[in-house]
Amino acid sequence: MTRMVDVRLTVNGKTCEGRCEPRTLLADFLRDDLSLTGTHVGCEHGACGACTVLFNGEAARACIMFAVQADGADIVTVEGIARGSALHPLQAAFHQHHGLQCGFCTPGMLITALDSARQPVAQRIRGASGAVRGALPLHRLSEHRHGCDGGRRDDAARAGLERDRLR
Amino acid sequence: MKPASFDYHAPTTVDEALALLEANGPDSRLLAGGQSLVPMMNFRLAAPPVIVDLNRIPDLAYIEDHGDVVCIGAMTRQRAVESSALVADKLPVLSAAIKLVGHLPTRSRGTIGGSIAHADPAAELPMVLQALDGAVVVRGPNGRRTIAASELFQDAMTTSITADEILVEVRLPVMPAGAGYAVEEFARRHGDFAVAAVTAVILREGNRCASARIATAGISSHSERLRAAEQVLEQHGLGDGAIARAAETAAGMVEPLADRHASAGYRRQLTQVLTERAVRRAAGR
Repeated sequence: MTRMVDVRLTVNGKTCEGRCEPRTLLADFLRDDLSLTGTHVGCEHGACGACTVLFNGEAARACIMFAVQADGADIVTVEGIARGSALHPLQAAFHQHHGLQCGFCTPGMLITALDSARQPVAQRIRGASGAVRGALPLHRLSEHRHGCDGGRRDDAARAGLERDRLR
Repeated sequence: MKPASFDYHAPTTVDEALALLEANGPDSRLLAGGQSLVPMMNFRLAAPPVIVDLNRIPDLAYIEDHGDVVCIGAMTRQRAVESSALVADKLPVLSAAIKLVGHLPTRSRGTIGGSIAHADPAAELPMVLQALDGAVVVRGPNGRRTIAASELFQDAMTTSITADEILVEVRLPVMPAGAGYAVEEFARRHGDFAVAAVTAVILREGNRCASARIATAGISSHSERLRAAEQVLEQHGLGDGAIARAAETAAGMVEPLADRHASAGYRRQLTQVLTERAVRRAAGR
């Protein structure tokens, strides 16, 4: 019988606890134990990006990390990025520009976009040109591999960042 | 798919980790960033009965300037290397190559030591270790030893690090002032594994080539230095003819893999084209 492990972590600002097998993936723990089903499970090998969450402030694939490794960590999932009942500017921009098709990958894209926007490279580009436009490297979102949520997401993400002023 | 069950250990010191390896023998597997091992476990290509997780050992994450060498702790995240001003200054070829490793979210977790120890034939970091003539420090039951890049990679996913040892540090000699460099990679999409990649580091003195380093990824079963091609440049300089001859030499000396991404012949052709591009760009800086 596999020994169970206790996991205590902060998710979207709240302390959460659970008990799972060491082999439980963080994505499955979030979905099955904490009922946070916004984090999607796609390829299960870190390529598609649907499972991306912020792990201690940095985008990371929750399908190739064990929940036990997140013990003590600060996690933000797509459920945690809206401001109260108002969509995060990135979400609003995705919505407005229809920056999705089937929407399965969108939670991960939002998290990656959020992290990319905070990257030094984005700041530098903004500083040089005086505008946020172009701040989000296209390849960052093309890293998401579901394929159906085509190019509009990039425009949407940029529009969201302009409104968000990267904050 | 989901991984098979395993016993999980998260030591907080290298000594504890070594003791766990000794106690569990060949059943145990070290977990670094997990960006290769966990996918393999998810697909059940790997099912280690015991996982020794190195992520709770804080002493293994650092980037230190030791004068003529930069020492990087094995568990330093690729993302930390990517954003390091010290690395950008002293090892710009590493800064260039690490942006090609996976994606931003995988670089948040992936580590420099994990990638090198995993020794995927297509990985960029072993190529940089080769091109800079670096070394790794490993610790085992008999203490520490240093393994030069040229002695490290043996075959696909096979290194000379033994099962009871842990890679603890990557040592990269500082690039000489004025050295040019280029990383040329061919992949189907950004962030994909390299079908073929060549890194060149060139120290130019006028039209002479004081030193050339050319290393590969994705072409053969493991990253390798192409010494004979380097010698063409060191002996004949950096003119068009010499660069073309070095590229031909490079293509002639590799033993390319064949898989669904590329035939051996295509990889040989890529070796020639990428070597020429990398050397030209490195020499032109």
